[in-house]
Amino acid sequence: MIEIQNLQKSFGEFRAVDGVSFSVKPGEVLGFLGPNGAGKSTTMRMITGFLTPTGGAVRIAGVDVNVDPISAKKRIGYLPEGAPLYSDMTPRTLLEFIAEAREIPSAERASRIEKIAAKVNITGVLDQQIETLSKGYKRRVGLAQAIIHDPEILILDEPTDGLDPNQKHEVRQLIQEMSKDKVIILSTHILEEVEAVCTRAIIITQGKVVFDGTPSELKGRSPSGRLDDVFREITTGTAPVTA
Amino acid sequence: MKSTITILKRELRAYFATPVAYVFIVIFLLLTGILTFYMGGFFEREQADLAPFFFFHPWLYLILIPAISMRLWAEERKTGTIELLLTLPFSTGQAVLGKFLAAWAFTGIALLATTPIWLTVNLLGDPDNGVIFAAYIGSLLMAGGYLAIGSCISAMTNNQVIAFVVSLVTCMLFILAGLPAVLDFFTGWAPQAVIDTVSSFSFMTHFNSIAKGVIDLRDVIFFGSLIGCFLLANTLILDAKKGE
Ligand SMILES: Nc1ncnc2c1ncn2[C@@H]1O[C@H](COP(=O)(O)OP(=O)(O)OP(=O)(O)O)[C@@H](O)[C@H]1O
Ligand SMILES: [Mg+2]
Repeated sequence: MIEIQNLQKSFGEFRAVDGVSFSVKPGEVLGFLGPNGAGKSTTMRMITGFLTPTGGAVRIAGVDVNVDPISAKKRIGYLPEGAPLYSDMTPRTLLEFIAEAREIPSAERASRIEKIAAKVNITGVLDQQIETLSKGYKRRVGLAQAIIHDPEILILDEPTDGLDPNQKHEVRQLIQEMSKDKVIILSTHILEEVEAVCTRAIIITQGKVVFDGTPSELKGRSPSGRLDDVFREITTGTAPVTA
Repeated sequence: MKSTITILKRELRAYFATPVAYVFIVIFLLLTGILTFYMGGFFEREQADLAPFFFFHPWLYLILIPAISMRLWAEERKTGTIELLLTLPFSTGQAVLGKFLAAWAFTGIALLATTPIWLTVNLLGDPDNGVIFAAYIGSLLMAGGYLAIGSCISAMTNNQVIAFVVSLVTCMLFILAGLPAVLDFFTGWAPQAVIDTVSSFSFMTHFNSIAKGVIDLRDVIFFGSLIGCFLLANTLILDAKKGE
């Protein structure tokens, strides 16, 4: 479904993403790991067509995102890093706008919004100005706008950042429920999250893929069996490792 | 087209969701009132027309329109909502057009709020309403020109203050190009063709000619192509700089 080939992105002289390749099939939940500044968000921005790659290509259902961005964007639901939202809107008016932009028939919009709001637990704040919402609620509104059109592909940049433990749990459940027929790529700094929801993990450092395998393979690499240890070893070591 | 309208509706709603719209309209009315009645000598002239009202529009817009356009893209870039907007299934050009049209419609609403002065002049005398109508159209076209320039400049930065100042200065150049003082600078040494070219870029030249009551196709084409060029530049700049 998604094929990424030798993807590169430079900002001036600096290479933020340096030859990333992988492909993801429906049913997979791919956890994107790596230290701060590794290039996770930059890679996601290229998959969603927001950034133009310096080199390489992203293909969605065989179509290059840069050749036909609109049809690619239609298939994708995206939660950008930090969940940016129009702060002077309410979750309801924002979701109405997204639903209209996503071409959900107007007769269905209201019921769809209610359904999604219930899923991410924002029903109580639907008519409160987004500016006054707490960080966790904003994140949940961001998640709601990403899934409202039931996309085939979900790109979530740190979806559980800022959520309380209960909400983290619920969002993980939600991701698992949705994962059956979708491609899901999420980035996270929480290693247990990878174990809990991901079928596959990719670790990148300095723009390069240094691990690509299942969470249990990742865990198996450490004598102590702790993900933290493996993560540290892989991201501070130099040699690329593949499972 | 549908996506453009979706964006237009969201934007227009956003103007009225905050005090911005009301503050803007009140200030616009206050300033037009003061300028028309005190400085323009609306009553003293004892003529039933709106010439003193329209006379100040290029100058009023010079301050007020950059205040609207400065946030168009700079704010989206600053807050990161540009990433939300431009990953929705439409092109950058549609987004640019939608936001521009909303801002233009908003200035249209502000302009509409001045129509009581049109009624007043009809109560006091017997004005040529065709001329006044033409001047309103001219004023709206000119506002569109200012807005397109401001929108384009707003896309270059994520700082609204910079967007405001640079837009103001750029728009000023488009006014100054038609002032006698500036044209005099060229007369005597520059060929007439140069002078004509400079003055043909002036908002003043085109606005004044429409405000006299004739909606000349050339003036409409001037504003239309100016808007088109700046919105095209706006789209290209956004595509190149949106990720920064
Ligand atoms: N617009 C930009 N201009 C210059 N450098 C940039 C730009 N965007 C990202 N970078 C740089 O690219 C690198 C990768 O950034 P990116 O945001 O992709 O990291 P990340 O893996 O998502 O990190 P984090 O875990 O902190 O979110 C960083 O060094 C960052 O400073
Ligand atoms: Mg990131």
